[in-house]
Amino acid sequence: MSELAYGTYILAWPALTLGVLVVICGAVIKDAIQARKSDSDVV
Amino acid sequence: MNENGFAQFSVLTIMMLLIAFYGGTYLLTLLIRKKEEDTSGFMVAGHNVGFGMGAASMTATWIWAASFYAAATSGYTYGVSGPVHYGLWGALMILFIYPFGRRFRELAPNGHTLGELIHARHGSSSQLILAGSNILGSVISLMVNFTAAGALVSVLSPLSFQTGVIIAGVGVLSYTLTSGFRASVFTDFAQLVALMAIAVVIIPAVLFSIGGPSVMVDGLQNLTSQQADFFSVDAIMNQGAPFFVAVLAYAIGNQTISQRLFAVREKHIKRTFVTATLGYGAIVIGLGMIGLMALTVGMEPVNGNMNNLIPQMVSEYLPPAFVALFFVLVIGALSSTADSDLSALSTIVMADIYGKNIARENPNPKVMLLVGRITMIVATAAGLIFASFSLDILVMLVFVGALWGAIVFPVIVSCYWDRVTNAAFTWSVVVAMALFCIARFELLEMTGATVLFFEVLASVGAAVVFGLMAFGFFGRTVGLIVGAISGAIMVVYATGFLRDYMVLTASLTAYGASTIVCTAMALFNKERFDFDLIKQRVGDYDKATDEDESTMIPEGARS
Repeated sequence: MSELAYGTYILAWPALTLGVLVVICGAVIKDAIQARKSDSDVV
Repeated sequence: MNENGFAQFSVLTIMMLLIAFYGGTYLLTLLIRKKEEDTSGFMVAGHNVGFGMGAASMTATWIWAASFYAAATSGYTYGVSGPVHYGLWGALMILFIYPFGRRFRELAPNGHTLGELIHARHGSSSQLILAGSNILGSVISLMVNFTAAGALVSVLSPLSFQTGVIIAGVGVLSYTLTSGFRASVFTDFAQLVALMAIAVVIIPAVLFSIGGPSVMVDGLQNLTSQQADFFSVDAIMNQGAPFFVAVLAYAIGNQTISQRLFAVREKHIKRTFVTATLGYGAIVIGLGMIGLMALTVGMEPVNGNMNNLIPQMVSEYLPPAFVALFFVLVIGALSSTADSDLSALSTIVMADIYGKNIARENPNPKVMLLVGRITMIVATAAGLIFASFSLDILVMLVFVGALWGAIVFPVIVSCYWDRVTNAAFTWSVVVAMALFCIARFELLEMTGATVLFFEVLASVGAAVVFGLMAFGFFGRTVGLIVGAISGAIMVVYATGFLRDYMVLTASLTAYGASTIVCTAMALFNKERFDFDLIKQRVGDYDKATDEDESTMIPEGARS
C-alpha cells in the first residue's frame, strides 16, 4: 500500500468525524434558534 | 512518565480535570432544569428531541469507553482491516434499527420503552423478558464504564482505582438525577462535541508524531500476511462475523436505543440515526487506527494488556496536554453512556415495572418520578459495587447476548404479524435459550446428527439475520427472498464448517430456534390481533392525572 493510500485511509476518519460534527452543531444551533422563537426548551 | 511509560498527572491536576468535567456538565443541566419535571420529559424528553440533539445523543451513547480500547485492540490484532471490523458493525447496529424504530413509533406514538409496546401487544411475561434483558444489559454497561474510569484514573495518576470509580459514579448521578433523560440528551451533545473535537486532533497528531504514513508503510513488514490483507479471513471470522450476528440483537436489546427512537421527533428518526451511524463509525474506526499504528511501529502493550495500547501511544508520542485531552475523551465517552444507562434503567422501572405491573389501575406521575430517581441511585450504587469488585462479567455477557439474540425475531415479528401470541413469544425465547446453552457449553457431544442439527438451526439463524435486515429496508417480499437464499446457501456451505466456530453457532442457534418456535406457534393461532389497540394501551402518564382519570389512564396500565 502506498504512503498516499495509507495516509488517506487513516485520515479519512477524523475528516468524516469533523464533517459529522459540523452537521450536528449546525442542526443544534437551528433547533436552539427555533426553540427561542417559540419560547420552548431545546430539549 | 511512570515506570511503565505512561504520562503521570499529579493528584491536583487529575482532580481539577474531573471537577472541571463533572462540574461543567452539572452546570449545563441547570440550563434546562424545570421546577416540576413531568414523566414524559423525564423518560423521553416529551417525544420532541430535534435532529441535532438526537444524533449527538445517539452517537455519544453508543460510544463507550470500551469502544476505543476494543477498536484499537482489533487494529493491533487483525491489522489493516481490524478497526473497520469493529467500528463498522457497531455503527450498523444504529443504522439497521431505524426502519423498525419507525414502526415502533407508528404503533405506540406515546411509548417510552419497547417493553410497553410488547406489554400492550402480548402482556406481562413477554414484556418482562424484554425488560429483564434490558436491565441486565444496562447494569453491565454501567459497571464496565465505571471500571474504565477507575482503571484510567489509576493508570494516569497516583489516585486509586476505587477513587476513580466513585468519582465517575457520583459525577454521572449528580447531573442525571434531576432531569433524567433530558439531562442525558443535553449533556450528550456537549460531551460529543468535546469527544469529536479531540478525536479530530489526536488521530492525525499520533500519525505524524510517529513519522507519518511513510513510517507506517515501512512498518508493514511487522505484519503477518493476514494482518496486511484488507480482506483478511481471520478478521472476518473472528471479529466481523460475531459482530454482524449481534447487529440487530444489540439494537433490540438496548433500551438506550429504543428510548431515543421514542424521543426523537418522528419525522427526524431516519436522518438522526443515519448521522449517528456515520459519527459513531468515524470516531471509533479512527481511534482504532491508533492500534494499527502501534502494530506497524512495533509497540508492545504494557503487561500484555491491549487496553494499554492507546494510552501508551498517546503518552509515548504526544505532549502531556494531549494526554489530558485523551483523558477527557475517555471520561466523556464513558459518562455519556453511563448517564444514558441510568436514564434507561429508570425508565424501564418507571414504565415497565411500576407503570405496567405495580400501579396498573392508577399510575401516579409523582410516584413514578420518585421511582425513577430512586432507581438511578440504586443502579449507581450497584454499578459502583460491581465495578469495585472487578467482577468477571464474561458469563453474564454471554447470557445477555444470547437472550438479546433470542428475542430479536419475536419482538420484530410481533410488530408486523397479527397471529403472534404471548405464548409464542415466551416459549420461543425459552426454547432458544435452552438450545443456546446446549450449543454454547457443549452440554451434548457435538458430533454426528447432533452437531448437524445445531448447524442447520444456526443456518436458519443466519437466514433470519439477513432476512430481517433486508425486510427492514425493502419490505416483506425482499426480506423473505433474501432470507430464503441466504438460508439455502448456509445449509449447503455452513454444515460441516460452522462446528469449528461453536460460539458463533450457538449465537445463531438462538436466532434460528426462536424463529422456528415462534413461527410454528403463530401459524397454529387462528385469532388476529388489532394493532390499533397498542396506540390506545400505551398512553401518556401525565395526562392520566391532568384530565379525567377514568378515561385517561393508559389502557395498558389497567390490564
